[in-house]
Amino acid sequence: MTALLSVQGLRKAYPGVVANDDVSFTVGKGEVHALLGENGAGKSTLVKMVYGLVKPDEGQMIFNDGAYTPGSPHEARSTGIAMVFQHFSLFEALDVAENVALGMENPPPMRELAASIREVSETYGLPLDPSRLVGDLSAGERQRVEIIRCLLQDPKLLIMDEPTSVLTPQEVDILFETLRKLQAEGTSILYISHKLEEIRALCDGATILRLGKVVGSCDPREKSARELAEMMVGTELKSPAATRHELGDVALTLKNLSVNSSNPFGTSLKNVSFDVREGEVLGIGGVAGNGQDELLGALSGELKSVSDAVQLGGKPIGHLGPNQRRQLGVLAAPEERLGHAAAPDMSLVENAALSAWVRMGMVRNGFIDWAMARNFAEKVIDDYDVRTPGSANAARALSGGNLQKFVIGREILQKPNILIVNQPTWGVDASAAAAIRQAILDLAAGGAAVVCISQDLDELMEISNRFAALNEGRLSEPRPAQGLTIDEIGLMMGGAHGMEVAHIHEEEGAS
Amino acid sequence: MELSINPILLVASLMVASTPILLAAIGEMVVEKAGVLNLGVEGMMIVGAICGFAIAVETGSPAVGFVAAALGGAILSMLFGFLTQYLLSNQVATGLALTLFGLGLSSLMGQGYVGIKPPSTPKLDIPILGDIPVLGPMIFSHDLMVYISLAIVAGVWAFLKYTRGGLILRAVGESHDAAHALGYNVILVRLAAIGFGGACAGLGGAYLSLVRVPQWTEGMTAGAGWIALAIVVFASWRAGRVLLGAYLFGGITVLQLNLQAAGVAIPVELLSMSPYLITILVLVIISSDRNRAALNAPASLGRSFHASS
Repeated sequence: MTALLSVQGLRKAYPGVVANDDVSFTVGKGEVHALLGENGAGKSTLVKMVYGLVKPDEGQMIFNDGAYTPGSPHEARSTGIAMVFQHFSLFEALDVAENVALGMENPPPMRELAASIREVSETYGLPLDPSRLVGDLSAGERQRVEIIRCLLQDPKLLIMDEPTSVLTPQEVDILFETLRKLQAEGTSILYISHKLEEIRALCDGATILRLGKVVGSCDPREKSARELAEMMVGTELKSPAATRHELGDVALTLKNLSVNSSNPFGTSLKNVSFDVREGEVLGIGGVAGNGQDELLGALSGELKSVSDAVQLGGKPIGHLGPNQRRQLGVLAAPEERLGHAAAPDMSLVENAALSAWVRMGMVRNGFIDWAMARNFAEKVIDDYDVRTPGSANAARALSGGNLQKFVIGREILQKPNILIVNQPTWGVDASAAAAIRQAILDLAAGGAAVVCISQDLDELMEISNRFAALNEGRLSEPRPAQGLTIDEIGLMMGGAHGMEVAHIHEEEGAS
Repeated sequence: MELSINPILLVASLMVASTPILLAAIGEMVVEKAGVLNLGVEGMMIVGAICGFAIAVETGSPAVGFVAAALGGAILSMLFGFLTQYLLSNQVATGLALTLFGLGLSSLMGQGYVGIKPPSTPKLDIPILGDIPVLGPMIFSHDLMVYISLAIVAGVWAFLKYTRGGLILRAVGESHDAAHALGYNVILVRLAAIGFGGACAGLGGAYLSLVRVPQWTEGMTAGAGWIALAIVVFASWRAGRVLLGAYLFGGITVLQLNLQAAGVAIPVELLSMSPYLITILVLVIISSDRNRAALNAPASLGRSFHASS
C-alpha cells in the first residue's frame, strides 16, 4: 500500500504541557487507520495539526509525495483533507445547507447545493433535509451534516474524531457501512477513538498514543481488545466490583413526569415514569440531547413539575427547589463540570459549600462556617484522591477527571438517600472512571438509590441493576440490565433513527 | 382647543426624525449579528455628530461632513475593537467606557463650534415622484441621507440573507468556536462588523447635527444611541423590524411634539415618555414568541473569542 499521508517527528508544546512529542505514523491510500489513546493522550492536537488548525513546533508532513504544511483549514481542504469534528463544528441557528456551505471552499449557489446534498445523502444512506435548522436535528443527524459536508468535497483523506460517541449501536453499524464504502472508493480514513471493539472491526492499522508519544503500532485485527487497552493505558485495568446486596423499599418514584425544556433546542420530557429502590442503580442510556439534561433538572429541582410527578418515598416533591430537595437527601451531579456542577473561578472550598451547606449545617445565623467548609472540602479531596495542590485552588485549575472526582465525592459524602448523576465519567481517564464507578456502587451498597444517566453503554451495563433509555424525551420501560443484548439496547434507544444502509454498491461515488 | 396636525408634514418629519436612530440601529445590528455587543453606540454617534459638523463647517460641504462622520465613528469603534478583540477586555464595560469617552471627546472637539450654523444639506428635487400629490411631499422630498439610510437597511438585509459574506458573519456570531474550527478568521470578521457599526453610528450622529437640529450642542444625541441599542434587541436582530422600530420611535416622537404644541390636555411628562414606552411595547409584542426570538439572537453575543484550543 502506498502512503497517502506520512507524519514525521511532529512536536507541539503548550505552556506547561507537551501535547505531542516526536509523533510519526503513516496512512496508506485506501487505508482506515486508527489513532488510539485515552483522553488527553494528544490525539486531538495531532489531527488539528494535520487539518491546519494548529501549527507544529517541529516535524514535517508529506501528503501524496509532496511536502505538506497547512497554514489553515482552507489549505487542508483544498489539498483534499476533510474532517468530522468530535464536538460538532455546526451552527444551531443556521439550516443544513448553510452549514454545509460554510465548510466548503467554493460552494455552489444554495439551490444547487441543496440538490447535491439530497443526492449525496441518498447515495450514502444518510437522509437529510437541507432546509431544516441544525438545532432541531438529533445528534446522529448532526453528524450526517458533518459527514456530507466532507463528502461533497471529494476528500482523499477523511479525519473522524470520535464519531461514534453520539450514536446508537444501530447508527454505528450504518456509519461503518458508509465508511467501508468510502474506503472501497479509495478514500483513506484517519479514525480517532478510544473504543477498542470499533477499531478492531473497522481499521486496517492503528497507532497508539500515550501522553503525547507514540507507544506502538499494530494491526488491530490481530490484537485482542484487552491487549489494545493495555497498550493504551500502560497498566492493567482494575474493573469495579459490585457487591451483592438486597434491595430495599421504593425510594424515588416518577409518575407521568412531563416538563418543558428551558432551552429552545432542548427536548421536553413526555410522560416519564419509573421507580428506584433503595440500594439500586438505575441506568438511563440514550443518545445525547434526548432529554438527559431535562431529566437531571427535573430530579434535582432545577426544573419544577407537578408535585405528584416526583415522589420521594410516596411524598410529593415535584414542586420543591434544589435546596429543599437537598434537605430531603436528593442530591445531583450534573454533566457539565465547569459552570453547572462547579463554579469555575471559585475555590474548591467555596464549591463544596455551595452544594453542601444545606445538609452539612455549614450556615449558622446566615453566616458561613468556613472552617467547616474547608474541612469538608479537604475530606472530599482525601477520600476521593483528587489531585490538587490544595482546597483553595479554583475549580477551573483541576483536570477534568480530578474535578469530576471532586464533584461526585462532594455529593456522596453528604450521604444522599437519592443520587442522580449525569455522565459521571465523561472525559475522564480510565483509572479515574473506575474509581468513580466504584464509589457509585459503594453508595448503592450502603442503601442509597442511584439514577445514573450516561451515554456510555459499557459503563451502564457495568454498574446498573436495571436499564432504561431516553428517546426524544420518552423513557422506555426499565429492564434488568443483566442479559440485555446490544441489539435490544439499541432498539430501546430508538434504533437507527431513520438511517439506512448505503445503497449503491457498483456505481461511481457521487461527489 | 382644536387639533391642527397636518398628516403630510407629520410623515415627512417622521422620516427625518427617525433617520439617526435607524442608521445607528442597523449598524449595531450587524455588530451584534457578528457576536459583539458594543454598548458604545451613543459615544460613536456623538463623535460622528461633531466630526461631521466640524468638517462640514470647515469645508462648506455637508457631503464631506458625512464622510468624515462615518470615518470618525469607525475610528472610535476600532478602539473598542482593539480592546475587546485583541486584549479581550469585557465588552459591556468597554462599551460603556466608549460612550463616556465619546461624550467627553466630542465636547472637547466641539468647543469652537457652539452656536454656529452648518451649511444646509440640500433636499433632493426628485422630478416625477416629488410631484405626486400627498405622497410626493411626504416621502419623496427629503435629503439624500434619508434614502441612503433606507438603502443601507435593504443592503444589510440582502447581505445577511443572500451573500456568503453574510453567512460567514452570522456563523461567527452564532458559534465562534465552530467558525474558527472551519478556518474562518473570527477576529477579522468581527472587526469589520464593528467598523461598519461605528461608521453607521457616526452617520446617524451627523444627521442629527447637520440636518435634524441643525446645530452643535454638547450631549445632543440625548440617549438616541441607547434607544438604537434597545431597538436592535426588541427587533430580534431583523433588518425589517429595526426599520419598523426606528420609524415607530421617530413617528411617536414627532407626534407627541405636535400634540404638545397643540396643547392637548395630557401631561407633558407622559407625552415625552410615550415614544420610549410605545416603541418598546410594540416590539416586545412582536417578538413575544420566546422561542422564535431566541433563534434569531446570535448565540455568541458578548462572548470573547480566544483561539486557545
